[in-house]
Amino acid sequence: MQKKPGGRILRLLLQSYTGCVGLFIVTAMVVFAVFAKQIAPFEPNAMNPLEMLKPPAFCEGGSMKHLLGTDNLGHDIFSRIVYGTRVSIIIGVCSVLIAGFIGTAFGLVAGYFGGFADAVIMRVTDAFHAIPRTLLALVAVSVMSSGVTTLIIVIGVTGWITYARVVRSEVLALKNREFVKAAITVGTPDWRIILDHILPNVLSSVIVVSTLAVATSIIAESSLSFLGLGIQPPSISWGGMLSTGRSYIATNWWVATMPGIALTVTVLGIMFLGNWLRDVMDPHHTGSGS
Amino acid sequence: MGKYIAKRLGQAVVVLLIVTAIIFLLVNVAGDPTANMLPLDASEADRQAMREAMGLNRPLFIQYMDFLGKAIRGDFGNSYRYNLPAINLALQRMPVSLQLAGTALLFAVLFAIPLGILSAKFANSPFDLVVSSVSVLGRAMPNFWIGILLILLFAVNWKLFPVSGSGTAKHLVLPAMTLAIQSASQIIPLIRSNMLDVMQEDYIRTARSKGVGEGVITMVHAFKNALVPVVTVVALEIPGLIGGALITETIFAWPGLGQFLIQAINNRDMSVVQVCIFMISVITLFANLVADLVYCLIDPRIRY
Repeated sequence: MQKKPGGRILRLLLQSYTGCVGLFIVTAMVVFAVFAKQIAPFEPNAMNPLEMLKPPAFCEGGSMKHLLGTDNLGHDIFSRIVYGTRVSIIIGVCSVLIAGFIGTAFGLVAGYFGGFADAVIMRVTDAFHAIPRTLLALVAVSVMSSGVTTLIIVIGVTGWITYARVVRSEVLALKNREFVKAAITVGTPDWRIILDHILPNVLSSVIVVSTLAVATSIIAESSLSFLGLGIQPPSISWGGMLSTGRSYIATNWWVATMPGIALTVTVLGIMFLGNWLRDVMDPHHTGSGS
Repeated sequence: MGKYIAKRLGQAVVVLLIVTAIIFLLVNVAGDPTANMLPLDASEADRQAMREAMGLNRPLFIQYMDFLGKAIRGDFGNSYRYNLPAINLALQRMPVSLQLAGTALLFAVLFAIPLGILSAKFANSPFDLVVSSVSVLGRAMPNFWIGILLILLFAVNWKLFPVSGSGTAKHLVLPAMTLAIQSASQIIPLIRSNMLDVMQEDYIRTARSKGVGEGVITMVHAFKNALVPVVTVVALEIPGLIGGALITETIFAWPGLGQFLIQAINNRDMSVVQVCIFMISVITLFANLVADLVYCLIDPRIRY
């Protein structure tokens, strides 16, 4: 009897220490985002003038009531971090879907058709590469209205170049394989070859790039919010929390540090999971997981 | 070689043309250039008059050609805020930014090379584990968060360096470190894996059998060859440093191009924004080209 592929992946996952940690962090993040209402002890925007700038529970003067302390308006930091997960996940995942779609489409066209289309797409890729992504996103957000939808679009549209490059180089290699040549010989239309024969073979790379791209998108969102051009209050973003905390850095270190740690742990978790996926899906790459 | 350089320069010109198109479309199509030039209560007729006066009612392509024609001559228009040519303002800020980026790159290379070599030399030792973990952490942390942590530790807690500002060499240390930590985190694993690969080569075994000292083997035989791909990555870090400097300069109130640009974005001073993006793109393209040429110079096997 053939073993289920799920069992193989699970076995590979258990072999990789960092892969497990990554999966755990990402799962925890999703749980936080979905059940934010049940997990957060306080309403994230509930102000409490009596409990301003309380230190975390493990510090002198802190209490278990506010696990990670409170900020300058008496918001419970833990509750805000839990709710902030939502923004990070939504923007991270949705913008990657946009970037992945644009980049994969461009990469497929450039790699498969070559010639003029390839030259044009590659020069556009170079142009996007020459402008730092944060900068491009920053200007785009500043000329459009700010909000979650704008951020998703902007971060998505500025993030497709990695996909285009990776997919293109894979397609170039695939084009010389027998099954593609056979399909061409029997007169299969180009779009069918691309969708039926090439796309399925580049998907694993696309998935690997996507995982890591979620991490960079989350960083991009938090950077924009940190600069005050991303998520606007009352919506909660870790970048915005860090920006608030910056003013209190000399006296109340936890206000900036807690969202900073949340951000780092999340990005780290996604990176671990992504690296593990890369090891599992790419037999040529030797890493800790393979 | 000459032909290759000519081809690359030709490509760079095309890429710059596309960059100007992106900048132009971003400001003129995604946003309304008159939005912040008139008072909020200006009537629609006033806005229309303003658009006509600025030539914004002409076809988009004609406007772009006009923009391009002026841009080639270095004329990106005047800054609304300072009423001076935007390019002059940006050029004034440029050396300050390059000073920061240069120092950061120097720090990054000075950290990364010894740490990379040592962690390859003592691969899988506790030292290697610590260096690898720190560099993974460095890649997972956004630079504004690294900056805040450095301020917290070195400026607030230990009072070694000033929190922000510019003027003395001490002011340069924390912002440069912020950028350097991120770059070094990218470079260290690369040096490590290259060194490990090179150490397996036959000529290293030959050198060992000749009785060459371990230090000479590491530094002369191995490192020189492990350096080749590193040069490219270091050059590729330059745009990252400039992009990262946007936020880092804002945190540390470093009066460079990045801080200037963020202010211009907040003031909707679009001529300044356009010229800054253009200049940063030119630097990036130039850095990439130089990287490829240096690659070719230090590795005689690579010929274009």
